Amino acid sequence: MSNDDNQHDFPDEAHALKGSSDHLHIDPLEKKWIYVALGLIGVFVATILYTAFAKHVHPPGEMETIDSARLHLSEEFAEDNLGVVTQADGSVKVTLVAARYGFYPREIRIPAGQPITFRIASADVLHGIHVPMTNMATMVVPGYVSTVTTTFPKPGEYPMLCNEYCGMGHDHMWSKVTVVSRESWQAGNTQTQGR
Amino acid sequence: MADKDFRVFVLSHFWLAFGAFGLACVMGFYQVLERSGFIEAIQSPQVYFASVSTHGVLMGFVLTTFFIMGFGYLVATTSLKMPIWNPKLAWAGFGIAVFGTVMAAIQLLLGKASVLYTFYPPVQASVFFYLGATLLVVGSWFWAAIMVVMFVQWKKAHPGETVPLPMFANTANAMLWLWTSAGVAMEVVFQLVPWTLGWIDTVDVGLARTLFSWTLHPIVYFWLIPAYIALYCLVPQAAGGKLFSHDLARIAFILLLVFGLPIGFHHLYMDPEQGKGFKMIHGIGTFLVALPTLMTGFTVIASLEKAGRDAGGQGLFGWIGTLRWSNPMVLSAILAFLMLIAGGFGGIVNASYAMNAMVHNTAWVPGHFHLIFGGTTVIMYFAVAYAVWPRLTGKALISGSLPLVQLWSWFIGMIILSTPWHILGLLGQPRRISSVVYNSLLTLAWDPYELAMIIGGAVLLGSAMLFLHILAKSQKRGEPVTEQAAEIHYAESEHPVVRMPALLNGFGFWNLVILALMLANFGYPILQFFLIKTYGSTGWGY
Ligand code: HEM
Ligand SMILES: [Cu+2]
Ligand SMILES: [Cu+2]
Repeated sequence: MSNDDNQHDFPDEAHALKGSSDHLHIDPLEKKWIYVALGLIGVFVATILYTAFAKHVHPPGEMETIDSARLHLSEEFAEDNLGVVTQADGSVKVTLVAARYGFYPREIRIPAGQPITFRIASADVLHGIHVPMTNMATMVVPGYVSTVTTTFPKPGEYPMLCNEYCGMGHDHMWSKVTVVSRESWQAGNTQTQGR
Repeated sequence: MADKDFRVFVLSHFWLAFGAFGLACVMGFYQVLERSGFIEAIQSPQVYFASVSTHGVLMGFVLTTFFIMGFGYLVATTSLKMPIWNPKLAWAGFGIAVFGTVMAAIQLLLGKASVLYTFYPPVQASVFFYLGATLLVVGSWFWAAIMVVMFVQWKKAHPGETVPLPMFANTANAMLWLWTSAGVAMEVVFQLVPWTLGWIDTVDVGLARTLFSWTLHPIVYFWLIPAYIALYCLVPQAAGGKLFSHDLARIAFILLLVFGLPIGFHHLYMDPEQGKGFKMIHGIGTFLVALPTLMTGFTVIASLEKAGRDAGGQGLFGWIGTLRWSNPMVLSAILAFLMLIAGGFGGIVNASYAMNAMVHNTAWVPGHFHLIFGGTTVIMYFAVAYAVWPRLTGKALISGSLPLVQLWSWFIGMIILSTPWHILGLLGQPRRISSVVYNSLLTLAWDPYELAMIIGGAVLLGSAMLFLHILAKSQKRGEPVTEQAAEIHYAESEHPVVRMPALLNGFGFWNLVILALMLANFGYPILQFFLIKTYGSTGWGY
């Protein structure tokens, strides 16, 4: 059907149809608003890009796999190797296994004010790990290793809790983190080394 | 389908949706009570998690799907002025969806599917739960197909003419749903069902989560688009005005369809099985899709402002006072916007590639989606129900003021429920716990907020019951109305609607764009599981 036929059928619309297809009506005010909206979105995206690339703030995501059914046979997540280790360069690494219903070892002690790297694997189902009021958070997905590096600014006792439903004991799944000041951490370490 | 049969057909959808909603609200109230730990006698993780799983499925899948199908049929027939294509098929889709719902619900209520509405393997539910959920989705595909066919048929019969906006948006939603549901359908069909039946020993949890995230984001637009249809096409009319910008509305719906889909990884920010690069790309996409919502806010508020000024409102804000606050549709729109603005801020935090760590899986998250889904979206469902009830039942609503009481109480209850819920999240409370047993001082600060949530839940439950009461009573005892008086009127456009360019009058091209975007954003992330050696999980009880 051509435009002319249409004119015949719909005399009211004839005027509107004539030559005005492909011509959208956008109110000037609305156009302005779209620019504002795009500007807003631009600011948000720029902030994300800035924190990611200039400040290196990233979520976890290493895509590292592991056989969750055989954690005990893996070097890193064997029972004897779990816990807090100060490495040669002085950095602190924490290796944890998440299993119903706890994070093992159940109590850890770490220093404030310096980056700590956590390596976590699940021995059974899905879990999540969160230390409230801090940035220490990640999902723990069976079959994959989660790695997070974060700094605890304030010393204190914190619960490290499971924040993904993992079964009837989910409420009870938590472990204790004691964050100590750097001074007492260093003092404690020299003591152990001196022993 | 004769008009009487058609009304029964649509009413069946609505009653199923709202019945599920009522039941789920009772469970919601029980949940806020239980999780507070204030009443020792009702403490039970078994009952709690069975209840939360049921409540989540009923609200997220049953209320929404049946409401959207019923409303979609109504929009198609009234805006295109043609009968439902193939009523038998439509009834069959409804029947399959009901059958699936009942099958899943039985397992949920027996506690054999306490895996939450997000499924999350490797905890494993009864196979009948997965099959039931699948049938619900399959039934909804019948609906989606019928919408698409009616859209195409109308265009064939009206060459060169512009498809009415409500049907254009409705068809966008049908397309969106077909794309959206494909992710979870693949998870269930290729992973969960064969695994539960023992045909395969293990499933790759990383792959399952990736497929679920494909569905989990756009599904919220599937829920939201009917609310947007009401905002664009019913609210201006109810306010005594016109739609401010018809052409941009079409663009907004297309943007929702195209950019709502390829961004699901913001649900996986904290996951190890996907890389940072793809997370960032999805994160940026997440912000882009704010554009159509910002456009919607502008157009709908502008339409309201014009109506308010025509009614004599003056000055910068005078028009707000002259709006038809006593019209349920207008009132709902105002309350929906208030909740959307608050919820939008929260959403920015969730969506942030970096800030997400702070709130991920905390009580903040259910606080957020109750506000924006249970609040903004569902209040518009209420408004639609009130608006179409006379058309469907042939009876007027029993009261002009009761619906207003109901809408206000829903809004107030939702604010009382969701504000403390957000705060609890910031105070570190995880979501999905049935009790608080962490031996930590931190948790002492949580109690007053739990109490506020119980009050909010009680107000909401009362409001939900009032809603059902108004609908049932009106259907039974309302004053009969003539068909003419009950007719559904869609808003006229402020500017004459001219012939739209083909791109704004059809979806062929946009489906290709979606295909390209989905391949770019999900192609490799899914393929990787087949390229690297991964370790699957056997099933676990709970
Ligand atoms: C009477 C009103 C309501 C109350 C008191 C209520 C309360 C709750 C509670 C306490 C939870 C459990 C959250 C957790 O354990 O972390 C929950 C979950 C949920 N609610 Fe509601 N709710 C209500 C209405 C709604 C509405 C109207 C919707 C949406 C239409 C909704 C959608 C959901 C969903 C999808 C979940 C599952 C969340 C999950 O699995 O983590 N709720 N609700
Ligand atoms: Cu858990
Ligand atoms: Cu999302």
